[in-house]
Amino acid sequence: MSGILVVFEQHEGHISRIGWEALAAGQRLSAQLGLPVSAAVIGADTESLAAEIAARPLAKVLRVEHPLLAQYTADGFTLALQQLIESENPAYVIFPHTYQVRDHAPALAARLGQVLIGDVVAIGDGPVFTRQLLQGRLNGSYRHTGNGPCFVSVQAGAFRPEEQHSAATAAQIAVFTPTIDSAQIRTKPGEPFRGSAQTVDLSSAQLIVSVGRGIKEAENIPMVAELATALGAELAASRPICDAGWLPLERQVGSSGQTVSPKLYLAVGISGAIQHQVGMKGSQCVVAINKDPDAPIFEIADYGIVGDLFEVVPALTAAVKAAR
Amino acid sequence: MKIVVAIKQVPERDAQVHIDAAGKWIEEADLQYALNESDAYALEEALQLKEQHGGKVIVVSAGPERVGTTLREALAKGADHAIQIDCDDLGARDALGVAKLLAAAIQPENPDLILTGLQSEDLGLGQTGVIVAELLGLPHATLILHVEKTETGLKVKRELEEGWFQTVELPTPAVLTIQSGGNKLRYATLMGIKRAKTKEVRGVTAAELAVDTAPVVVLEQVTLPQKQKSTQLLSGTAKETAAALVEKLKFEVHVL
Repeated sequence: MSGILVVFEQHEGHISRIGWEALAAGQRLSAQLGLPVSAAVIGADTESLAAEIAARPLAKVLRVEHPLLAQYTADGFTLALQQLIESENPAYVIFPHTYQVRDHAPALAARLGQVLIGDVVAIGDGPVFTRQLLQGRLNGSYRHTGNGPCFVSVQAGAFRPEEQHSAATAAQIAVFTPTIDSAQIRTKPGEPFRGSAQTVDLSSAQLIVSVGRGIKEAENIPMVAELATALGAELAASRPICDAGWLPLERQVGSSGQTVSPKLYLAVGISGAIQHQVGMKGSQCVVAINKDPDAPIFEIADYGIVGDLFEVVPALTAAVKAAR
Repeated sequence: MKIVVAIKQVPERDAQVHIDAAGKWIEEADLQYALNESDAYALEEALQLKEQHGGKVIVVSAGPERVGTTLREALAKGADHAIQIDCDDLGARDALGVAKLLAAAIQPENPDLILTGLQSEDLGLGQTGVIVAELLGLPHATLILHVEKTETGLKVKRELEEGWFQTVELPTPAVLTIQSGGNKLRYATLMGIKRAKTKEVRGVTAAELAVDTAPVVVLEQVTLPQKQKSTQLLSGTAKETAAALVEKLKFEVHVL
């Protein structure tokens, strides 16, 4: 058993950014263990994708290609990757932690008697893999003790793709054709569709005031909306607020909502679970107002107010209005 | 339709947590526990399917004795009966080990549908449902917000990233992991709580399920996360902190 295999993901015909981050994690591991890094890309037509990857310093790029892999299915991808891994025998398999990977990688690992170490944020000597526990309140260090390959998926934003100097010579590209029968694919996926007409583009907003669970009741939302208006900011929310229907889905920030990077992100009553942080940690300045001093949001906040938002927000609205 | 819902008891969301002396997990003695949120949505989906199509809802949970209270809560909301997998070393088992326990307890029930939340709020692995499907040889779909029964199986609404969705059709029996927010959660009624007391909770020990327990992934240590930024904490009365923040927004962040 040898080597590190990074499995890329495509999005609308291109390698998605988080795929490069998974490669960065693979390279980190490679530097630590002195193992070569290879890459795999899966689909029905992977030629241009493979060429995009092959410019990087890699041992080889594997095009896992089959007509039945044109559209993602858990059954198809699990079968294809199982066969690839049995053929290549990598010591480590690194995925980006996407919805697609969450859908099949646990089954793939289990099929090979292993367990995916998912949503990893750091890799230490050993290797020891760090992932977040209790919604980001604690970190856990995990070690793989099994005999088979070690499966890892990395969290979006956790590994920064380095300025990639292109390799002197492009990596060798090989085609791997798995054996898949259409009867083995039991689910029938439909085309992706948007939930609602997207009329609010939070991604270009300069100032965002975002509200979370701490607001307690729908009736209290206008208090935060007033602060947003005073600041000239867009109003956004964490998932539970949109789930409850207190604000429309299009104002949701996080892994299932929009990704934002404003100059100011003011988080009101948001604990800052991983899924939320993924959507806003690119903000230039994060301000958090929360009653819980241990809330994970304070780990990434530039300014923090530990206090009762029902007192702080109206005071802040008044102070902002006075300052204008 | 016979539906099994796998649920987990987790520390309450706002609970203050302290790392235990061994640095392996958290102090559990004074913790308050609750039903994992996405599992509550899985239970709700199951109860609504039963109301529409008839059938039976069975809840299953693994853990120490205290798990019984969460199972009773599910029975009070309308589940028909419960299976409690008695297991004091849940934390020592990896995702595959826990899924093996659940799969072994669920298999004899021969359900048409197995539901569970997409991930737990404590370990956050998000793998249990997918591995149970793999172990039982069943098709699965994850991050599901809505389930519709069709003539041949199921039509489900699956959440994708960044506000996108997808419809997936699959045959039954199947496993679905349910995302929070697809339904409105019900509360247990007084009548429900009363009835729950007479409903069956069948106990089975981990040993009786006879699954392989050797983990292949081990949680070695838990630590407090290092702060990624140095946070300037503003303190004082609400008015004072508000004034201090406005100063910062004006002169340091330059947004006012």
